[in-house]
Amino acid sequence: MGVSKLLQGDTGGQWVLGVLVVLAVVVPICNLWIPETSFFHVSTYTVTLLGKYLAFALLALAVDLVWGYCGILTLGHCAFFALGGYAMGMYLMRQIGDRGVYGNPLLPDFMVFLNWSELPWYWHGFDQFWFAMIMVMLVPGLLAFVFGWLAFRSRVTGVYLSIITQAMTYALYLAFFRNEMGFGGNNGLTDFKEILGFSLQSDLTRIVLFMLSIAALISGYLACRYIVSSKLGRVIVALRDAENRTRFIGYRVELFKLWVFVFSAILAGIAGALYVPQVGIINPGEFAPLNSIELVIWVAVGGRFTLYGAILGAVLVNFGKTFFTAALPEVWLFALGGLFILVTLFLPYGIVGLLRRKKALSS
Amino acid sequence: MLIGAIVISMMLGVCPITWADNHDLSTTAAVSGPKDKTGAFKELVSQLSVKSLSKKKTTVKAMVKLENDRVRPLLEALLKARLFYGKAAPHPVYIVEVVDQGYQLTDAVSGQLLGIVAKKSIKKVRINNRLRQLIRGALAQRDLRAADVSVRLQAVKTMSKHITPAVVALFREVSKHEADEDVQRLMLAVVANADLTATDGAVRLAAIKVLAKTMHVEYVSTLKGLLVVDAQGAYLESDRKVIKAAKQAIKAIESRISWYENIQTLFFGLSLGSVLVLAAIGLAITFGVMGVINMAHGELIMLGAYTTYVVQLLMPEQLELSLFVAIPAAFMVSGLSGILIERGVIRHLTGRPLETLLATFGISLVLQQLVRSVFSPLNRSVSTPQWMSGSIDFNPVLSLTLNRLYILAFTLLVFFVLLMILKRTRLGLEVRAVSQNRAMAKAMGVKTERVDALTFGLGSGVAGLAGVALSQLTNVGPNLGQSYIVDSFMVVVFGGAGNLLGTLISGFSLGVATKFIEPYAGAVLAKILVLVFIIIFIQKRPRGLFPQKGRAAEG
Amino acid sequence: MSFIEKTRAFASRDKVYDFLIPEPVFDDSLDTRHGPILYLEDISVSFDGFKALNNLNLYINDGEMRCIIGANGAGKTTMMDVITGKTRPDSGSVFFGQRIDLLKMDEPAIARAGIGRKFQKPTVFETLSVYANLELALSTDKRVWPTLFAQLSGSEKEAIDEVFLMIGLMEQRHRLAGELSHGQKQWLEIGMLLIQQPKVLLIDEPVAGMTHQEIERTTDLLLALEGKHSIVVVEHDMEFVRSIARTVTVLHEGSVLAEGTMASVQNDARVIEVYLGG
Repeated sequence: MGVSKLLQGDTGGQWVLGVLVVLAVVVPICNLWIPETSFFHVSTYTVTLLGKYLAFALLALAVDLVWGYCGILTLGHCAFFALGGYAMGMYLMRQIGDRGVYGNPLLPDFMVFLNWSELPWYWHGFDQFWFAMIMVMLVPGLLAFVFGWLAFRSRVTGVYLSIITQAMTYALYLAFFRNEMGFGGNNGLTDFKEILGFSLQSDLTRIVLFMLSIAALISGYLACRYIVSSKLGRVIVALRDAENRTRFIGYRVELFKLWVFVFSAILAGIAGALYVPQVGIINPGEFAPLNSIELVIWVAVGGRFTLYGAILGAVLVNFGKTFFTAALPEVWLFALGGLFILVTLFLPYGIVGLLRRKKALSS
Repeated sequence: MLIGAIVISMMLGVCPITWADNHDLSTTAAVSGPKDKTGAFKELVSQLSVKSLSKKKTTVKAMVKLENDRVRPLLEALLKARLFYGKAAPHPVYIVEVVDQGYQLTDAVSGQLLGIVAKKSIKKVRINNRLRQLIRGALAQRDLRAADVSVRLQAVKTMSKHITPAVVALFREVSKHEADEDVQRLMLAVVANADLTATDGAVRLAAIKVLAKTMHVEYVSTLKGLLVVDAQGAYLESDRKVIKAAKQAIKAIESRISWYENIQTLFFGLSLGSVLVLAAIGLAITFGVMGVINMAHGELIMLGAYTTYVVQLLMPEQLELSLFVAIPAAFMVSGLSGILIERGVIRHLTGRPLETLLATFGISLVLQQLVRSVFSPLNRSVSTPQWMSGSIDFNPVLSLTLNRLYILAFTLLVFFVLLMILKRTRLGLEVRAVSQNRAMAKAMGVKTERVDALTFGLGSGVAGLAGVALSQLTNVGPNLGQSYIVDSFMVVVFGGAGNLLGTLISGFSLGVATKFIEPYAGAVLAKILVLVFIIIFIQKRPRGLFPQKGRAAEG
Repeated sequence: MSFIEKTRAFASRDKVYDFLIPEPVFDDSLDTRHGPILYLEDISVSFDGFKALNNLNLYINDGEMRCIIGANGAGKTTMMDVITGKTRPDSGSVFFGQRIDLLKMDEPAIARAGIGRKFQKPTVFETLSVYANLELALSTDKRVWPTLFAQLSGSEKEAIDEVFLMIGLMEQRHRLAGELSHGQKQWLEIGMLLIQQPKVLLIDEPVAGMTHQEIERTTDLLLALEGKHSIVVVEHDMEFVRSIARTVTVLHEGSVLAEGTMASVQNDARVIEVYLGG
């Protein structure tokens, strides 16, 4: 199926992807070639911020696929995001080499600080970029597989499932705080220097990371679009609406759920891997149950069951967060909390649903 | 009538006499020797104004032998550097209290209040560390002979902390006349511990026998001293019987210690469990009975805790009573907030559990920020009333803190009251009817909306009660609720939704399990293990320990 | 057996070890040579002490149209749950043909083996188009990866159209299933069963809540299917039962009370006492 066929009838998707392509052209030009004094200059700070939003958008896409389409309200998807991020962070940590504070060529600073004498076994291989990239997808995928296999097979559904996904991320949250885990404890992984030999501080690297985020988001969107317009996409919607009916016409519902859950987890892992080099830090805070719930609200605000709605919601809510936490930090939680309540009460299909209703009324 | 009169006359007449006798006896017991010691005391006190430390030492030594009531306050003042003497002869000695206007004097000999003077007119009685030690020891010795058992017990405990041959000798002597068994046993154990190095094998053997009945870790190590071997692996201890007895004694002490440690852990576990049950039982009503996921439940707990804080602020004088005001207040505050939430939000989301979850989570964020804005983001500490502080010490290993004990009892009380409400009242009947078949209940004339609001209010009110209890264990802060919400959901899910008894059992078992894992794995890992256990458990039994069965449970 | 005896038995010269016994080769194809296509024997199911099914014995013949009636709580729906794998019985056996043990299979496997079920409440995929509803039910490879890459073949499209003609929803094919009327949803659900080409159709209350015209159409639809499939219909509407039934089974308190033609059942004293007469 070609891209044009995939986007057939998907006006919102066409718009969102169009804007992404424009950004991919305009932002590098405005950052690298337009002088800083110009009004049209885009600062590297802004580029990084946008890159962060894009990573979040990819994460939101992953959640929309499992929640909007498959009906699994996951309250632990940030766990997959953070695991992908940690895998990337471990690679970046190894890249520091002997430039750390303690100058140990093998051990990251925090291990030297803890008086560890050798690298733990699970840190081996992360000096290779390809290995780290495989882990970025494999680790979240594997966790999703094991967790999902157990949960879906025993038909844990609805709220119960939501609560145990939350327990999952909470357990990881507590675990990663422990220094003994070997992931930097409370402080996490930070002070990265370079990626594949390119300095993370240089503008060009930042732009490349930004472009990669756009590429990942576009590919992720198209992949999700392919899935939801395939027969499998219709099966997962079917099992969301009437799980037993789906089962009684011969589909192994749990395997479909598992497939989508694992795919979504891998997508979230990739989002995490894009997030970490741009933000420059990954710590256990990313596992906090609050983050995962906030993530769900991005999707709800944008409008679930439309993939572009998730992207829209992620960018809008995060823009609001950046704005409010700088300007009126007191108001942010009120705003976010209010958003949760208002959107669920009055906008069950989010902003996209609102736009559609307007369109339907005017026509 | 006659008998009554006799009894009354006995009560009126005889009792005071026995009382007086007792009183006399106790004073004579305490004050051995001629009563007129005031003169000697006065003489000694006046000698304190001399500069020489060695002379002071003799004075103090003589003084502690006196049985005068004024000796203790004087020596305590000396320890605290509050003993002064007048610069002018005959250098009267005063106990001094620093007040705003200057120095408040008390006559050291008579204990009479003398008035306030300027600092210039008096001089401090100086002492050194050795003298200080002497005084402390001397005071403790006096306490060993005190009439009050608790004073004697405390003295023995204090003295046992720094054991010297002198202390051992003293204990050996005093323990012979000690009437109270506990105090005597403590002293004998110290003596026995010292006797382990005695040259006479029989003495050592007897000492081991005494120690075998104790449960102090330090005695285990001295007993192990008897089992030291040389390079060839031969015991340094020559007496075979002593070796054998020592081994048995060590075993006995250690098993006794571990037995009581287990009881202690069980208590900690039940205590944690009671907190979990309190936090979860409101949820068991709203989630289990009504099927509503209230993510703001934690914040309703927090509101209860803050209510306790505010009540204490409003009545700082009646701290002891504040909790009794706080309990209904917190119930009302959280309960009304709950009803508000139900009316305003949850009712509009009936049948959409996932949306309810998100909306109530929004409410939880708003409530948290509200508390931050109103009270500050910092933690507030709530004071514990006198009657709830302290602990019951059974032995060196087992001691139950009173506040945890009270909370445990409170939890059970709340549980049974709730159970009664649900099983025995009209409201309970309606709640159960609505939860089983809403449409039918409505058709039967049950005002389902009112029942929903009341049920939710009840669950929320109980969350407020949990807040009161928690405020007695931890600091009260905006994040208080959040730290309990995951745990409470685990308890409800583990116990089986819609089952109060299941919640009780699951809360206690999770609490006890956590505390028993903790010594091996650490607190955080214990929590992680419990979470992982529940995640796996849910796979095996998706409906918890006590699932609802039959048709109602389908779908 | 003591340890020594066990060892002796283990080492005995004539001992045939389990791993040496060849796995019995079972032909798992449907075998209806003996007549019945469904065998339910001594089925008991209880919920919390309440016996929903009590030693139920029921045989459905190949190609038969069977109506099952009974009061509320007689165990009709539970019986369907047992056949389709939703509920595991406490005891008893359920065979599909001579060889296929349904108790060893889960719901999707039973559905794929050829037993279709319509629920009491019409259940269709409301947010999908009517066409997609039938497409999903189509009997093809229903594993995950093949589904991801599945494309409709010409013959499959024809099969869908054929069913559309049969259930009379051709006009509505591009509408969302949620927009259909109650009766239309019932037919769509029956269509979803038909397109799986099942051997056995279990239909739970097909005419509940239908208008008179709709009932007539449903009657025609079911009668048209007779002979091609074995059909088990559970229904309360006695008039409807009378219009389609050849054989009627009356369930009472979890077991079969009477079985036979409508006339004989209606004249059965026990049935009159507990059901028709009451």
